[in-house]
Amino acid sequence: MKIMAKSRTLYDKIWDNHLIQSENDTSLIYIDRHLVHEVTSPQAFEGLREAGRKVRAPNKTIAVPDHNVATTSDRLTNFGSEEGRIQLETLDKNARDFGIHYYAVDDIRQGIVHIIGPEQGWTLPGMTIVCGDSHTATHGAFGALAHGIGTSEVEHVLATQTLIQQKSKNMKVEVSGELGNGVTAKDITLTIIGKTGTAGGTGHVIEYCGNAIESLSMEGRMTVCNMAIEGGARAGLIAPDQKTLDYVKGRPNSPKGKNWDKAIKFWKTLFSDPDAYFDKEIFLKAEDIAPVVTWGTSPEDVLPITDFVPSPDNFQGSKVEAAKRSLEYMGLRPGQKLQDIEVDAVFIGSCTNGRIEDLREVEKIVKGKKVKSGIRAMVVPGSGLVKKQAEEEGIANSLKEAGFDWRMPGCSMCLAMNPDQLLPEERCAATSNRNFEGRQGRGGRTHLMSPAMAAAAAITGRLTDVRDI
Amino acid sequence: MEKFNILEGIAAPMPLINIDTDMLIPKQFLKTIKRTGLGENLFFEMRYDQNGNEIKDFILNKDHYSKASIIVGGANFGCGSSREHAPWALKDFGIKCIISTSFADIFFNNCFKNGILPIIVSEDLHLILLQDAEMETTSVMKIDLENQKIVRNNGDQLDFEVDEFKKYCLLNGLDDIGLTLKSADKIISFEKEYSDKFSWS
Repeated sequence: MKIMAKSRTLYDKIWDNHLIQSENDTSLIYIDRHLVHEVTSPQAFEGLREAGRKVRAPNKTIAVPDHNVATTSDRLTNFGSEEGRIQLETLDKNARDFGIHYYAVDDIRQGIVHIIGPEQGWTLPGMTIVCGDSHTATHGAFGALAHGIGTSEVEHVLATQTLIQQKSKNMKVEVSGELGNGVTAKDITLTIIGKTGTAGGTGHVIEYCGNAIESLSMEGRMTVCNMAIEGGARAGLIAPDQKTLDYVKGRPNSPKGKNWDKAIKFWKTLFSDPDAYFDKEIFLKAEDIAPVVTWGTSPEDVLPITDFVPSPDNFQGSKVEAAKRSLEYMGLRPGQKLQDIEVDAVFIGSCTNGRIEDLREVEKIVKGKKVKSGIRAMVVPGSGLVKKQAEEEGIANSLKEAGFDWRMPGCSMCLAMNPDQLLPEERCAATSNRNFEGRQGRGGRTHLMSPAMAAAAAITGRLTDVRDI
Repeated sequence: MEKFNILEGIAAPMPLINIDTDMLIPKQFLKTIKRTGLGENLFFEMRYDQNGNEIKDFILNKDHYSKASIIVGGANFGCGSSREHAPWALKDFGIKCIISTSFADIFFNNCFKNGILPIIVSEDLHLILLQDAEMETTSVMKIDLENQKIVRNNGDQLDFEVDEFKKYCLLNGLDDIGLTLKSADKIISFEKEYSDKFSWS
């Protein structure tokens, strides 16, 4: 007689498939894809060399430079800094010495690691995917268990193709209903963080579900999962469906022929059983989500664009001091109308919002209009292929005509490791994922928002309700 | 990895919540290809002004606390990026233990890989320890990992929880890769079965 397995979540299923061994709470899990970039890997490769170890599965290891690369057209010769040049050169050497897949800076397929993983078909449903980068959560949009790891763990995965883990708890975030006009995936993910707080998901893997999530494109789903980490969760997941399969099919590294048939048969089993247990559940109505912006220095400092800068008195406990500090840093006063806040710069790009659909959204808003004079507006496509597609679709031209600076692909001003940085007190409408103090440059002031909202801010020169454009 | 057993040292109070990894070590120092030498840039923007001078009010710039080996920090400590440069910088500065009510997951793991002990305590205990840390005279604490005790300056002993495996690794200064490779046979047989079943992976 067949014994019925107990109900499992999507996370439980992926975990079980990859579990090699478990003792007490400590488990060893198998890793399907290891993505590598220049900033968090040099020390790991050095460790391998010192111990005389090899990369165990070079075929499952994919490297690309993104954090440090310049986004100017002369970037093959102009690195921005000597240290940056050495770091890029080190990745180049490590990739070749250890024989892993590699997209060099001069390869059109180069781009932000979390954009090229899906683009090249490395990211597939049901996989375990790790990278020395917290935004690895992005790949969860395909129903893969994907999360960031530290450099010691990068070395561990390189050497063993496994990771020592403790199983996380299950958290469900359900968004149901129909999204309003001007409301995007970015507004969903920011609103969730605003509601749960930056530690709301700590110790959990989030599964996003509900018809508002299902209605999103793969690009939108990646935006949602990308910021799971800002809500404290290591990983975010969305169960694969027909849209997922359509996206994956035909990519350079996705399965072909019989393997494809076998794969989709398996992928169709990747969902949470109807009565699976979640340790924590959050429910949101899509109708209650507005276009939002952040006002402070934590991604949880989220408000609808129609709102006002809050007073520290609105908060409790240690958040009072944190809010005071944020307002001082951001140069804002309580009661100020968010839409009156003037910006100096606009940054469109990042692993959160550097995909083709994001650039199409921007074009819709700015086509035939001009970036307000005095505003520094920059668009950094997420990959060389996104850039090429945007150029072919005429998006690049529209944006350039509007006054945007059209750059080469990379992480750029999201973390400002390369020369793309804010000046002290410069205020930026950004489509990236973190508004921490100094994140985009020392003293720089970041307001996070959707690509459409950032585009609107570029036109008016202030935080703007995209529904009014 | 260096063994961690008993640590006795000065605890610095940093009650600010959401101390993120950009605060711990800003991006300009991530261009290094080494693990060492980051200590002087720990908390760079809070520690130095635009001209590179020390900001006197910052806790770790104060004479007494500049020798701290423990931080009593605010909730959600270490949130943000996965950069292991954050614990490398802490370790290089001399910090070997952080006590908070909560930590971000990736940072929490990264600490253990570098011989740093992150301890989660209740809000009540956190408040007591913060107050101890704030007074120079009571700021010296003892952390006894083997017995899982925080010993206050007045001799009070407070219990804390720690994962058994992580404790074992810290106490013995064990390298994870070496441990995992003891299971090499299991990995090989798992991999074989797995790649038969999921041939596209």
